[in-house]
Amino acid sequence: MTDNKITVAGMERRDFLVTAGAGVVALMAAALVPGRAFAKPEDAEKLITEYTGGKSVSEGRVTLQLPQIAENGNTVPVTVDVDSPMSANDFVKKIHIISEGNPTPYVATFNLTPMTGKAEVSARMRMARTQNVVALAEMSDGSFYAAKQQIKVTIGGCGG
Amino acid sequence: MAKKPRIKVPDSAKKGEIIQVKTLFSHTMETGLRKDKKTGKVIPRKIINKFECLFNGKEVFSADIHPAVAANPYFAFNCRAEESGEFTFKWTEDGGKVVTATRKMKVS
Amino acid sequence: MNISKTIQVVAGALAMSFALAGFANAGEPDLKEPRVKEYIVGAKWSGYVINENETRDMQDDDFQNPGFLWVEQAQDLWTTVEGEAGKSCSSCHGNVDSSMKGKAASYPKVKRGDLITVEHQINYCRTERMKADAWKWEGDEMLGMSALVRRQSRDMPVAVSIDGEAKPYYEKGREFYFQRRGALDLACTHCHIDNPGNKVRSEVLSMGMPNGFPTYRLKWQKLGSLHRRFRGCNKNIRAEPYKQGSPEYTALELYVMWRANGLPVESPSVRK
Repeated sequence: MTDNKITVAGMERRDFLVTAGAGVVALMAAALVPGRAFAKPEDAEKLITEYTGGKSVSEGRVTLQLPQIAENGNTVPVTVDVDSPMSANDFVKKIHIISEGNPTPYVATFNLTPMTGKAEVSARMRMARTQNVVALAEMSDGSFYAAKQQIKVTIGGCGG
Repeated sequence: MAKKPRIKVPDSAKKGEIIQVKTLFSHTMETGLRKDKKTGKVIPRKIINKFECLFNGKEVFSADIHPAVAANPYFAFNCRAEESGEFTFKWTEDGGKVVTATRKMKVS
Repeated sequence: MNISKTIQVVAGALAMSFALAGFANAGEPDLKEPRVKEYIVGAKWSGYVINENETRDMQDDDFQNPGFLWVEQAQDLWTTVEGEAGKSCSSCHGNVDSSMKGKAASYPKVKRGDLITVEHQINYCRTERMKADAWKWEGDEMLGMSALVRRQSRDMPVAVSIDGEAKPYYEKGREFYFQRRGALDLACTHCHIDNPGNKVRSEVLSMGMPNGFPTYRLKWQKLGSLHRRFRGCNKNIRAEPYKQGSPEYTALELYVMWRANGLPVESPSVRK
């Protein structure tokens, strides 16, 4: 038996996330420049409208792959795959990655050409906290498709 | 001695084949949101803001990059092999500095 | 059983559960998972076992593994002439893959009358043979060179000796490991021998195996040494950390490396 001096409620990881969410955000905010808040889902919505010019966005054709739980929020692998022939007159022009919960919603915009051949891109992102990520694809015919996925980001305990 | 960019591209491919291209670039991608623990001053933003891949001078793929892209930026994408030639890879840093690398590929 | 005895038993059980509450039991890692087979030897398991699949993928792919940015830089340094003696590493050692094969797996070891690590040996070569400046322990050059040399022992079992000349250093390292320290009054053993697999808040505790260092730690976003990790652990329990390369940490490295004997060398690994 260990007569240790750390007392932490024996909570499950996910429960800890839910109950400590507010405390976690406060912790993160303190480490950042004061006065700078996190983006809200509305900011992500605004950015999407900026990218689409107000056009409607359809579901389907876009697959967004994210880990269920981020080992560490500062390096989260992401893969986006868009169903498209990538031919000269039918291809994916851009894939935007948008964050609903980072300090700003911008992550990256991938610009593709017919020579890209296959609309599958992998990268690594920084995720400041548990949030939704949106992958928005702009097609050569001006249409838009998107997929949304949640990623859980834990703030570590000792050693984390 | 700076770390060289890592690039994975096949030496050769068949015409029409879709090959995979992988790149890994050494960079801290300083977000501009961190404060120096000792001085309390904000560490200024310094990131790679653009990555481009061209083949025989034509753009294959590029990325407009923001601070939410992780340190040591990694990108994997594809390219349809049409003709033999040379890939050019460019990483542009805030402030304008550009690092370039090339790789040849034979297409038969 | 009479009432007072029952109360005693219940009280004891409650006290036990409160005492253990600090280390919430998340269950042991899945040691039967086929992917982690090589990373378990007897009762020992490497940190790989408690990594998420995405992190394991990053380590297993030599291209994607960011540690290789440092390894490649070191490959260039290996053939770079430096210092008044006009030599490079390759002048004496030839090719790194043949000359360094299997060497790192037996470090730290006693050489020239003192216990030294791979990093100490690299600096010895630099200052005494090449007549060049010593490298900083946590600088990119040393991290890369240490990773390059250790990589030549990759997948080979860790095999340090604690006999003969090494014994007193082993004893010192073991003493450090079991010594309570810091404001939190903890010893290494409390987490890494008594509670591996359990959680401290949302962190799953490992066995504290050093077989993958230098490691690309996602938290650091760069390659880092074992002694840097020791410093981090000591700071976490609010204990005064020692310097990288210090006799205390070198002896500690021998002890923890001995604990890892048999596990495969994973350098450069990827950890959270």
